[in-house]
Parts: sequence; structure tokens; C-alpha cells
Amino acid sequence: MKKRGYYGNFGGAFLPEILIATFDELEAQFEKIKQDPKFWDTYVQLMSSYSCRPTPLTFARNLTNYFGGAKIYIKREDLNHTGAHKLNNVMGQGLLVQKMGKQRVIAETGAGQHGVACATMAAKFGFDCTIYMGEIDVIRQRPNVFWMEQLGATVIPVTNGTRILKDAINEAFRDWVSNMDTTHYVLGTACGPHPFPEMVTYFQSIIGQEARKQILEIEGKLPKRVYACVGGGSNAMGLFSGFLNDPVELVGVEAGGKGLASGLHASRLSSDDASPGVAQGYKTYFLQDDDGQMKETHSISAGLDYVGVSPILADMHDKGLARFESATDEKVIAALKLTMQKEGIIPALESSHAFAQAFEEAPQLSKDEIIIINQSGRGDKDIFTVADALDDPKWKKFIKTKAEEYHA
Amino acid sequence: MLESYILKKRQQKDILLMTHIVMGYPDFEASYKIVKQMVEAGVDLMELQIPFSEPMADGPVILHANQKAIEGGSTVLKCFEFAQKVAKDFSIPFLFMSYANILYKYGMEQFADKMAAINLKGAIVPDLPPEEGKNYITAMEKNRLAPIYIFSPETSENRMSYLSTHGAGFIYCLARKGVTGKATSFSNELTTYLERCRQATTLPLAVGFGVKDKADVDFLKGKADIAVIGSQTIRVVEAKGPDAAGDFIRSLF
Repeated sequence: MKKRGYYGNFGGAFLPEILIATFDELEAQFEKIKQDPKFWDTYVQLMSSYSCRPTPLTFARNLTNYFGGAKIYIKREDLNHTGAHKLNNVMGQGLLVQKMGKQRVIAETGAGQHGVACATMAAKFGFDCTIYMGEIDVIRQRPNVFWMEQLGATVIPVTNGTRILKDAINEAFRDWVSNMDTTHYVLGTACGPHPFPEMVTYFQSIIGQEARKQILEIEGKLPKRVYACVGGGSNAMGLFSGFLNDPVELVGVEAGGKGLASGLHASRLSSDDASPGVAQGYKTYFLQDDDGQMKETHSISAGLDYVGVSPILADMHDKGLARFESATDEKVIAALKLTMQKEGIIPALESSHAFAQAFEEAPQLSKDEIIIINQSGRGDKDIFTVADALDDPKWKKFIKTKAEEYHA
Repeated sequence: MLESYILKKRQQKDILLMTHIVMGYPDFEASYKIVKQMVEAGVDLMELQIPFSEPMADGPVILHANQKAIEGGSTVLKCFEFAQKVAKDFSIPFLFMSYANILYKYGMEQFADKMAAINLKGAIVPDLPPEEGKNYITAMEKNRLAPIYIFSPETSENRMSYLSTHGAGFIYCLARKGVTGKATSFSNELTTYLERCRQATTLPLAVGFGVKDKADVDFLKGKADIAVIGSQTIRVVEAKGPDAAGDFIRSLF
């Protein structure tokens, strides 16, 4: 019996029979493009003309001085088109969809960044596009819903289950098993059945490749540590990919929510609350009860609010190849505020988790050491959540006035 | 075991009926009443679903039933107790239906041992293909239980034979693409597909997904051995209460 896509004990392809043929085709196409050196060139060319690749590696001089420890560099995925690393994956999969001759794409989205990226790709390539998004996330991330719809996508709020990211994934699978002849499911993160974890990592590895080259050009040496937030794990896998064979410590930062002790978090690898399980087509650490029912997760950032995690990261966790930490909502907001004030950069709430952990550790490192933080996305999408967290009176006044204009 | 029961029953009937409930939906008392009504009305086999929070292959009706059952406190332990009771009280074979994680968390071997101990006959686990289910298959075989595999209209002949080698009891043929509880067209296309299934395996064929009334069951006579009624029984119970289950089953003959 052929077992596919395992990373140690994790991964696999726990597929309903109806999707087996579809995955056989997808896997074959992915193997083909991996063998074809021209495909990667086409991809890089597309990303440098349609988006802003390579994205800059910014030296954060003020933050570095403020903490007085390691030199802090920021990899600027926020400057990628649509404002996050998500575009890397969707453009790669878009090229694959063209090769497979399908005309429709579907996707799940949490924060809405993957949904916006997917809707953008669909507009450019001329595909029909449907985005599934948990009802709670629709409320949290209204601006992204607005843009998805303007870009021509249909956004379907998911009212099942906990009404967040995992429920959107289930609903996308339900669509796919009905429409796989015409439709490709553009999974947004390095999770799900094989080949998705490997394929999404493959496209996102452009982040790590660039970052490694850039830091060597600027500093002539490798960083001591690199930091990335971990929801599903695609931006982390993207950055880590560049340093897998180097003496660089890889640090993944999960959503600590209201603190690990509160139980209100989404920390699969940095808490003891998760255990191995099988759901959504793959095996990994899930936040689940003793029966195997998935638990509710909590995070201030919709994009990290997920019960599972990339099987590749789960394996790296077990083998000690990466270290996993968590950052609470409170520390994340503080890190976001500090980054804005010191550097004039607005990281997404998701990315701010990586900043928060890096800020804890930077002062303990020496001045000749270097760290890189992956700013996976830009924070202006989070204006409503951040304004609430900062309890900004002027913003509230503005919203009230705006509502009056609509005669609400 | 399960297969010989089906073959024997088929000598008396044109087609057998299998129904499906989600254990603990709307509650265990109602679940018991539904089983009793159905068995007395002449159902030949029953699927007992252990609810799961992420039922990927299920459509809105069964998905909703899964969520409500879990919210109402349907645990794996309670499902085992319920299954043990109905298997003792009624003489038809009962099967478990659930998702891989429920078995994985319980332990594949322990799960199969438990099934055998409480006199269940087989299991349908839609997200556990043979490639991922080596321990499951071994544990089921050891206990002489039937791991039931699924054919879909997308399944190639090669794969059908592969699944047939690993399966026992019967093959569950999906009448169409998609999830449970949506409309199916009972057409020539379905006939051709079922002929393909028949060619690929010597196991009895069950057909499910969208089978909802007498016309659908009649259509399947001579083409399959078992008609599976899933979402429709849940709809009937939701609309008319558990006591309506028996009359609904009688309307199918």
C-alpha cells in the first residue's frame, strides 16, 4: 500500500474516495512542475512583475537600538501584492490550475488575506471564484470581504460548527467533492492532505530563499534566529525553508490568546493541550478533547485561529528542529504599537505574534548577532480590531458619524 | 459473516434496506425509538454514526445532526453503550459509521475489539482509505469485522478491485459526487456505473446518497443489493418525530 506525504508521523492523505482521482491528478501535475526548471523561472518572473518580489529585508534600526541586543531585520511580505505572503501560494497554484485546464477556484479564508489573494489571482487568470469564510471571521474582517466581492468573488459565510477557519475548510471540501471536474481547491496553508503541505511550502519557500540571500548580501553572515507566526504554518514554512541546512534557530510563534492557562488560545505546538489526530484530510497535532472532537480556539487574529497545524511543523517540533512559543493577545497589541511607533511599519495582528516573541528575546542576544522577523502581512486590514483593542475614542466617533451618514 | 447474512436475506427480498442514524440526535431516547420503529418496519441493516465535529463528507442534514448530538452530550462512550443495547435488543446487523479521528483517538485495535465485544458487525469510515488504514484493516480482520469501502463514480476499475480486496461485507457505492443529502438523478448513467461496480467486485453492492423514496428504491432493484436511506430518515424524524420512522420505512416497500 502506497503511503504518501508523510513527515515523520504526520501528514498523509486521509481522503474520501470521491477525491482520490482528483488528488492523483494534482500530485502528478505538481511532480511535473517540480521537475521542470522553467516553471520556477516563470513563477519568479510572474511574482516580480505582478507583485513586488523580491520583497525588501528592512533593517529595524530604531527597534534594534531600543532593545539594545541583536540586530533586528524584518522580511517585508506586507509589501507583496495584496499585502501578505498569501499571494505567493495562490499565484503558484493559479499557474497549476491553468495547466490542469480547470476554470473555477475555491478557497477557505480566516483573516481574509488568502481570500483576497485568491480572488485577485482568479481575476487575473479569468477563473470563477468562490470563497468560504466563517461567519465570525466575516464580521471580524469586513474590509477583506468587501474587496473579495469587488474583485468578483462570491463570498459564502459559513454558519456551521465554530464558524471560523476550520469550518470554512470543511465547507470548501464539501464544494470540491461536488465540483472537482471543473474546480481546484486553492488551500491557503501548508496543511491538509498531501500534496498541499509540500506544495504550499514549495511556493512559499521563495520567502526564505530571498531572505537568506539578502542577509548574506547585507551582513555577510547568517542570522542567529528567525521568527515567524504560525497559524496553519505557510509563512513559517516559507521563511524556515531558506535556513533548513544552516545553523539558524527557527522559532514559530503561535496564538497565546488570553494565555495558555486560560485554555483560550490556538497553541498546538507550544502548549500541552494538543494531541495527534486526523482531521481535514491529514494527521497532525490538533486541539481536541479525549473523544477526538475539535475544540474551540481563540486568538485576536483570525489568521492564527486554527485547531491544526502544518504536519511538517509538527514533525519539526517532535524532532527538535524548530522551537515553538506563544504570544498572548495583550503582548501582540503591545508589539504592534511599538513597531508602528519606532519603525513606521504596521504589521498584521498575525505577524505581530512573531514580533512579540522576537522582542522578548532580542535583548538577551549580543549586538553582533542578527535576527529576522517575518512580517507575513500588513496590519491596516485589522483597523477595526486594533482600534477596539486600543479603545481609540476618535475612531469610535468616526464610526458613529459614518453610521449616521448611512441613516443606520 | 456480514456478507453471508446479506446473501441469505437477498434470497428472500429483491433489495435490502439500510438506514442511518446519528447516535444521540436528537437524544438517545429518540435514537432508540427510531431504531425500534425501523427494525419493526423491516429494515435489514443499520448504520450508527458516532458524531464527529468535522464531518467532511456529510451534507447539511447529517452535519447539523452531528453538531447537535455533540452539543447534547453524545460521547464515544455513550455511543458504545447505545450500540451495545440495540445490538442486544434487535436481531439485525448494526454497523458503525464515523470519521478516522474517532477511531484513531480510541486506538484502532481497541476500537475493533470493542466493536466485536458489543456485537457490531462492521464499520464505514469515509476518510480512512486503505492506504492510511493498515492498522484498522488488521484489527478489523482479527475480530472478523467488515471494513466497508466506498466506490464513487470517479473510481477507476483498478482502484475498485484494490478496494474490493481490502473490503468485506459489502461495497458502499456513492450514487453521485458531492455530500450526503442532496438530490440524485436515478438515470441510465447510474445504471452503467453500477454495472461497472458489479464487474469489479463479488461483494454485495449498497447504493446511497440521495436515495429518498419508493421510486428510488425500486430503481435500484436488480442493480444493487442494498438501498441506503441516510439523510431522508433524519428529515422525516425532524419533521414528524421519532414515531414517524416506521411508517416512512413501510412506505418504501
